[in-house]
Amino acid sequence: MSDKKPERRDFLFTATYAVGAVGAAAVVWPLVDQMNPDASVKALASTEVDVSSLKPGNTITVLWRGKPVFIRRRTQEEIDVARSVKMEDLIHPEKDEDRAKNPEWLVMLGVCTHLGCVPLNDKGDYDGWFCPCHGSHYDTSGRIRKGPAPWNMEVPKYEFVNSNTIKIG
Amino acid sequence: MSDHEYTPKSKAGKWFNDRLPLLTLANHLTDYPTPKNLNYWWTFGGILTFCLITQIVTGLVLAMHYIAHADMAFESVEHIMRDVNYGWLIRYIHANGASMFFLAVYIHIFRSLFYGSYKSPREIIWIIGIIIYLLMMAAAFMGYVLPWGQMSFWGATVITNLFSAIPFVGEGVVTWLWGGYSVDNPTLTRFFTLHYLIPFLILGLVVLHIWALHVPGNNNPVGIDVKKPSKDTVPFHPYIVIKDGFALLMFMIVFAFFVFYAPNILGHADNYIEANPLVTPAHIVPEWYLLPFYAILRSVPDKLLGVVAMLSAILILAVLPWLDTSKIRSAVFRPLYKQFYWILVADVLILGYVGAMPAEGLYLLIARVATAYYFLHFLVILPVLGLKERTIPLPLSITEPVLGGSPNMAMAKKNESKIE
Repeated sequence: MSDKKPERRDFLFTATYAVGAVGAAAVVWPLVDQMNPDASVKALASTEVDVSSLKPGNTITVLWRGKPVFIRRRTQEEIDVARSVKMEDLIHPEKDEDRAKNPEWLVMLGVCTHLGCVPLNDKGDYDGWFCPCHGSHYDTSGRIRKGPAPWNMEVPKYEFVNSNTIKIG
Repeated sequence: MSDHEYTPKSKAGKWFNDRLPLLTLANHLTDYPTPKNLNYWWTFGGILTFCLITQIVTGLVLAMHYIAHADMAFESVEHIMRDVNYGWLIRYIHANGASMFFLAVYIHIFRSLFYGSYKSPREIIWIIGIIIYLLMMAAAFMGYVLPWGQMSFWGATVITNLFSAIPFVGEGVVTWLWGGYSVDNPTLTRFFTLHYLIPFLILGLVVLHIWALHVPGNNNPVGIDVKKPSKDTVPFHPYIVIKDGFALLMFMIVFAFFVFYAPNILGHADNYIEANPLVTPAHIVPEWYLLPFYAILRSVPDKLLGVVAMLSAILILAVLPWLDTSKIRSAVFRPLYKQFYWILVADVLILGYVGAMPAEGLYLLIARVATAYYFLHFLVILPVLGLKERTIPLPLSITEPVLGGSPNMAMAKKNESKIE
């Protein structure tokens, strides 16, 4: 092989393999992509929640895209604690001001960023959330403080439709 | 391989065999020369074949009644338990059969580790075995999801989230696995499909596993090659068939004990609560057979590294034939390896125990030490031991230690013929 000059036949072989590979990839892609979220799953993109009955210090959990979302009406004390934390003490530094635009309301996915369990409310070393699966502790802003989880609990896109209703998604 | 050419006796048999040599294959399997010193640890191959067939047959029947839908799966399993004729029996055999399958496979693997069955020329048999073991874990995990109980749901969530540790593409991969933004109906239906498929893949690999085994023939407790021609072997049928059959009966007694007297002891009560995406059970534990790897996962405080450590713990087995530098197969002739072998057994059992306990305090410390030792055994102890260890001299043949220790091959031969 090494000493021989490439012939016309070698070119034909290479071209055939290349076309074959493209064809195979084109056939495989639909078989792979069918496993991605389908149109009906994507259609369930937003949820509206009435939060008028929620008192300070309470949390409700709602389902959005099959995942729990925590909506917490925080007490002044919790807000003060969350906002006084130094950035260098955080594993995943994020300001509480960026996580809760309206400081009284904390809206985030109730999904531990380690392996996806639902953390428990008002638990843990930082009086925020505690994940029972592998022991991650979150603070009153839902930021990871201790344990194996790499990130803070995710804040989804949401908005206040009016003073009583939050639209998630 | 049998050394002689086989010709069927009947004319019809010969006619058929000339066109499709199935009778030659059957003859090879019955005459297959087997070392005559095989002990009962060698019966687990047959036991595992039985386990696979049991899972396929009971699984096939369960699939006639089970409904793979998030709204109906849990109820359909209760329907199997309460309404379907003998449904309780079939489901309990299938569920406990998974545990029995793993019990047998762990004995089978540790037998290979003790007697060095993974060493040259049997590396391919070993690697196929590791692939089968990986597929078994995948099948068991997905099967556990199907009843759609709390442990099913949250076990599926935790395990699929392992893939989110992959840098950059992790989240996309998890969404692709789920077919949505959480474990839900699309996840259940694909897991059912794959759970149905995998046993047949395993069946195919078992054929390759046995085929690869029949090329060099069985290893044996002494770990030396069979001398040819010699009296070192007996035909597979009837000698090994009877021995395997007896061991299988003993095994079935244990199996039946679980099915009839303690059918739920290896499961979790939480899985009799229907899946609820809003509440995670207080204490998530995988099935017992995955606990050592779960302990390794939790012992590493970093998410990605934890997943890497867990996968490496399994994949390291695939390169074991090249990590173990000793040419001596059987631990019988390796006094130091024998001790390290038992320490490894204890280490894996300890990992299994702490895997079931909460990951904090002393348990976490033990898990970390045991994890470190596990890798130390394969990456440091085995390579060094093979070079440093002073081994016991090997016998000249399998027959020699049985018939009296003449170091002279001719004498051993003579003794053999006397026995006849």
